[in-house]
Amino acid sequence: MNPANYIVLSAILFSIGAIGVLVRRNAIIVFMSVELMLNAANLAFVAFARMNGSLDGQVVAFFVMVVAASEVVVGLALIVTVFRTRRSASVDEPNLLKY
Amino acid sequence: MNTGEAVVFWICAILAVLGAVGMVVSRKAVHSALWIALTMINLAILYVANSAPFLGMVQIVVYTGAVMMLFLFVLMVVGVDSSDSLIETIKGQRIPAILLTLGLGILLVWGIGSSLTGAPDRGLEQANTVDGGNVQGIAHLLFTSYLIPFEATSALLITAAMGAMVLAHRERWVVKPTQKMLSIARFRTGGHPGNLPNPGIYARHNAVDTPALLPDGTPLPESIPAPVRARADIAPVDHVELDEVQAISEGHSK
Repeated sequence: MNPANYIVLSAILFSIGAIGVLVRRNAIIVFMSVELMLNAANLAFVAFARMNGSLDGQVVAFFVMVVAASEVVVGLALIVTVFRTRRSASVDEPNLLKY
Repeated sequence: MNTGEAVVFWICAILAVLGAVGMVVSRKAVHSALWIALTMINLAILYVANSAPFLGMVQIVVYTGAVMMLFLFVLMVVGVDSSDSLIETIKGQRIPAILLTLGLGILLVWGIGSSLTGAPDRGLEQANTVDGGNVQGIAHLLFTSYLIPFEATSALLITAAMGAMVLAHRERWVVKPTQKMLSIARFRTGGHPGNLPNPGIYARHNAVDTPALLPDGTPLPESIPAPVRARADIAPVDHVELDEVQAISEGHSK
């Protein structure tokens, strides 16, 4: 058993997050799936840092967390704004740009 | 990886995958949020097992603490029961999407897993002790080699906060109605400006399905709560003639 197990777990979580993004229609659940994918990438970074014996991977994971936090703030504000105008949190609803 | 870490890994990995699957398959968004909180807590434990205690704590504080609570907050705003519609906008998109993503997962696991069989495990014991600890080591890197990206994230955070404020701000297009205006509007439309009369309370019946009686003795359906009225569940009012009352009071019933 070696640290590669963490990478495999991270790949599995990333794939589950991708399934969530592609299959679910509720914007908030799609957003949670994106968060899951970011977390999976973070786990890979932490495991790589441990494999290479340097802390750079952890610093990168820290940056990913900062970017994810600000992304959540803006994204949720967007969802609330869309909900106010369309009365729906479905990603299929905002289709005005199609026509 | 020693035995203790293997045990921690397998428990937390199974729980994390369980949480992720639960997040994708649960119908209600609130359940999804709780499932992914489980995943994130288990990932935090795995960070600590990977000698990243600082990131583990940040994961719990930022993700399960701040981000997931923000998610729940927004869920309360947009409606807890807003579950998914089953209508597929793109016909037959679901099955190919799942199959392709499973393929991606197998490719990732197989490719990365097989390329990492002889991967080094140098460990972070040395890197974590150079500066006196994990937090000090990360701080050392942040304020030396990663100083410019670190400063850039501060700009990013301020921009994100400003953006959220601008997006969430609602301009009021019409004047906020005062109590006086509301009162005038209520009387102008006619109807019933005050409270509706209560259901009747009688000697033999005092439930909400008995209508109040008007002075002439006719029942008033508006005194019954609307849901009860909608079910047509109104109890009939017993009519007792005055001479019958007289007869009862004088002691001889008919």
